[in-house]
Amino acid sequence: MPKDSGIGASSKRREDVRFLTGTGNYTDDINLNGQAYVHFLRSDVAHGRLNKVDTSVAAEMPGVVRIFTGADFEGVGGLPCGWQVTDKHGNPMQEPAHPVLAQGKVRHVGDPIAAVVAETAAQARNAAEAIELDIEELPAVIDMKEAVKEGATKVHDDLESNLCYDWGFVEENKAAVDEAFEKAAHVTTLELVNQRLVANPMEPRVAVGDYNRATGDSTLYTTSQNPHVIRLLMGAFVLGIPEHKLRVVAPDVGGGFGSKIFHYAEEAFCTFAAKALARPVKWTSSRSEAFISDAHGRDHVTKIELALDADNNFTALRTDTYANMGAYLSTFAPSVPTWLHGTLMAGNYKTPLIYVNVKAVFTNTVAVDAYRGAGRPEATYQLERVIDKAARELGVDPVDLRRQNFITEFPYATPVAVEYDTGDYNATMDRLLEMVDRDGFEARAAESAKSGKLRGFGVNTYIEACGIAPSALVGQLGARAGLYESATVRVNATGGLVVMTGSHSHGQGHETAFPQVVADMIGISEDMVEIVHGDTANTPMGMGTYGSRSLAVGGSAIVRATEKIINKAKKIAAHLMEASEGDIELKDGQFTVAGTDKSVAWGDVTLAAYVPHNYPLEEIEPGLEETAFYDPANFTYPAGAYACEVEVDPDTGKVTICSFAAADDFGNVVNPMIVEGQVHGGLAQGIGQALLEGAVYDENGQLLSASYMDYAMPRADDLPSFQVDHSCATPCTHNPLGVKGCGEAGAIGSPPAVVNAVVDALQRGGHNVTHIDMPLSPGRVWQAMNG
Amino acid sequence: MYEFEFKRPGTIADAVAALGAEEAQMLGGGQTLLPTMKQRLAAPAVLVSLGGIAEMQGVCTDDAGRICVGGGTTHAAVAAATAESYPALSHLAGHIGDPAVRNRGTIGGSLANNDPAACYPAAVLASGANVVTNTREIAADDFFEGMFTTALNDGEIITEVKFPVPVAANYQKFLQPASRFALTGVFVAKFAGAVRVAVTGASEDGVFRWSEAEAALSGNFSPEAVDGLSVSADGMIADLHGSAAYRANLVKVLTKRAVAAC
Repeated sequence: MPKDSGIGASSKRREDVRFLTGTGNYTDDINLNGQAYVHFLRSDVAHGRLNKVDTSVAAEMPGVVRIFTGADFEGVGGLPCGWQVTDKHGNPMQEPAHPVLAQGKVRHVGDPIAAVVAETAAQARNAAEAIELDIEELPAVIDMKEAVKEGATKVHDDLESNLCYDWGFVEENKAAVDEAFEKAAHVTTLELVNQRLVANPMEPRVAVGDYNRATGDSTLYTTSQNPHVIRLLMGAFVLGIPEHKLRVVAPDVGGGFGSKIFHYAEEAFCTFAAKALARPVKWTSSRSEAFISDAHGRDHVTKIELALDADNNFTALRTDTYANMGAYLSTFAPSVPTWLHGTLMAGNYKTPLIYVNVKAVFTNTVAVDAYRGAGRPEATYQLERVIDKAARELGVDPVDLRRQNFITEFPYATPVAVEYDTGDYNATMDRLLEMVDRDGFEARAAESAKSGKLRGFGVNTYIEACGIAPSALVGQLGARAGLYESATVRVNATGGLVVMTGSHSHGQGHETAFPQVVADMIGISEDMVEIVHGDTANTPMGMGTYGSRSLAVGGSAIVRATEKIINKAKKIAAHLMEASEGDIELKDGQFTVAGTDKSVAWGDVTLAAYVPHNYPLEEIEPGLEETAFYDPANFTYPAGAYACEVEVDPDTGKVTICSFAAADDFGNVVNPMIVEGQVHGGLAQGIGQALLEGAVYDENGQLLSASYMDYAMPRADDLPSFQVDHSCATPCTHNPLGVKGCGEAGAIGSPPAVVNAVVDALQRGGHNVTHIDMPLSPGRVWQAMNG
Repeated sequence: MYEFEFKRPGTIADAVAALGAEEAQMLGGGQTLLPTMKQRLAAPAVLVSLGGIAEMQGVCTDDAGRICVGGGTTHAAVAAATAESYPALSHLAGHIGDPAVRNRGTIGGSLANNDPAACYPAAVLASGANVVTNTREIAADDFFEGMFTTALNDGEIITEVKFPVPVAANYQKFLQPASRFALTGVFVAKFAGAVRVAVTGASEDGVFRWSEAEAALSGNFSPEAVDGLSVSADGMIADLHGSAAYRANLVKVLTKRAVAAC
């Protein structure tokens, strides 16, 4: 029987009323008195020496307030990188400077050179066109393997090379891995590209800087997934503003998918300029600008090898990856191909020996950083593709080969430094196969053949490390931040609650799901709980939302704070009923004394806390407000099995997805409807990567897919009606809710299923195609079939 | 977008006069021009909208049985008006872009722009339509002169397009995945005496007639008639979405499908 409220209920998303009726408050809706507008003049060449930036004519244009160039930021810090990776020799990564506005060189198309502040956005743009530039164009470094060759043009003149780091993981295992390959009965090798993607949240980035001359306080309104992180990075490393003089507000945010985690130059600029000009300064990105200034995702080139023994047991795995960093290190870029990728290379399998090599490379392209899944999709894709290829080479069923190698005992310590607390990979695979009617495949394939189509079936599993992350562990791995989460629960006198969370909702439904948790714990209506987030002025220091962490980490902080509230409320109730605290029970919003008919209501206790006329003042303080910081003991490990069935039109190469099924283990689920929505969105993005999306640069560093004319976003009619299931739940063992996280799963788990299905279809059709690089556009599939 | 002067004349004559101004540019439905202006890639001093000219609106049938579409008629209006009289044309017009494009974009604007991936040029060329302007009538075979190039003179306005109605016709559009323009589109029109096949989206020279297919189909109007033909990849468009060889393949595949669907 489905619940109608509390944990496990599909409560309707309360925030959607304002989103769907146009009453949301997005950053672009914020307009301040006396506001000026900034337009960034961006480089239209990929690499060049900036010989001259002459603003003299532009400065005289109508409406111009002031024009800023790199020279204005010489005394100001650069944009910091939040993660230091140590290379396989024990040396720190090469870390280039990242100025707010270009100094000396431009390093990618879109690199900001100058910023014109004017009375209107149009005047700012007009004046930007009048700035005279003298850029001496340099050869562009685009291909990663070319970039790391001896003598290659350097993106950063002051670095030794374009190699950010050469990371070996686990370096001590390398010899044993190599030896296992020599002894292997079978080795399957696959070279593949996990292509560059543009995040494309519905709302482009916006920043509004404000400065209060009376108090000396700065405020930044920004489209961010983590306002506290922005406050810390921008205040401490870029502008030198202490946190008590800097407020960062991320109001309603229309999607982020990772791209709004990072601290961007435009945020620092608007805050800086607002102070310099003593008036608000606003920037709103155009969609075209987003393509060349938002951090991109993925962009790995990988060779993966899988060793098997004579009984088809996986004995070793070896990978060699080039990971594109772009021209600068975005905030968390170094961590994505390393600690979010290498640590997941075991997948759902008990492969005993694994070695991962990652070379991170600077190129004259937009910076690459986390995008929905961040490193884990890259790990899953290569692993699940090579397993599929191995099954084909060995002539065994791809499901059977996977099952044979599944991890079945937990906790399980992988050879790549993480410990899975719980899981049941056979259960999700069983559930998946029930959902997809695999036995009926041949009949469906015969139907497809009647209309000249090739039908294929693809399956894969995935695992991800979510609930990011244990602070002490990530500190050892190079994170320059802790990754706990915070919550303050404030109970008002009449019993309603306000929960101030350090998490940030930009589509995830926190305003609905978090109250379900609190209301369930107390036994009151969800309507009595309000969530406040997104403003450093009224929430405790928190780390924000990414890595499927909000419920597992932020929700756990809320649980801990609410437990403190309940403990104190029980003391008050005990006093009111003249009973022993140990005998007090809380159920359905009533405090009772065990074994008696005495009771006081939640509201009586909360009122007593704020009107303490009859109150144990000698023991406890008045008021009912508690804060908790929760630092997770481990990552969480959502996992699942996905299957895809496709039809390929051999005449045109067009792939149609006939069905897609996802059996996920997210542990406990607070709101099944929101979870389903998250999975649907993730699947859309994963299938988008598999079939449609791809950011492509030409050899000169011009982004060819720089608008929706050429960058193919998934549309509703590209996607089937998904079958999703999360009934196979092995609750997380180390957080109070037993939850694992669901935001990224769909994007992580779906690309290999699609590609496996297409390869299956082509092989069944007699085409000797073992791999096609994504996106599997009609042109590429046809080309693969026709040599 | 830069500033410009906006004019909305009510007659063709007034439009011609307005277009005489320095750096004047006519505006159809604005589905190409306005985004270009927003990107500041076009900067007309005077924008002369043709949207207010009643005599350029609507669809009718002339004495010769031709379907006459006013140059300012939107795709949606053409789709609605020709559903029974010329279903293939109706279907084509009803699948250009998205609803917003179809409710603003006009046939005259599409033909004057002659985007190499646009749909209308294929219908006009395959139908052997005549493009009527404020000064003359131009046969389709003489109108399209290559990518974004037509026989139109500066300031010449497409006032009407006259479509002979074939015995049978079909348009097959293979979508470019991102823009959903025609990656390649083939319009086959079967007339009493001959078959015309027009291809859009494929060639670097814009819309063209596939004369070998026309000859083969005129003798034997069946998909198999095309089997023995090959399309050269020379001069075909190659881009992110498909190679020249791929587009050449699509020309043949789509022609067969169009014939089968006739």
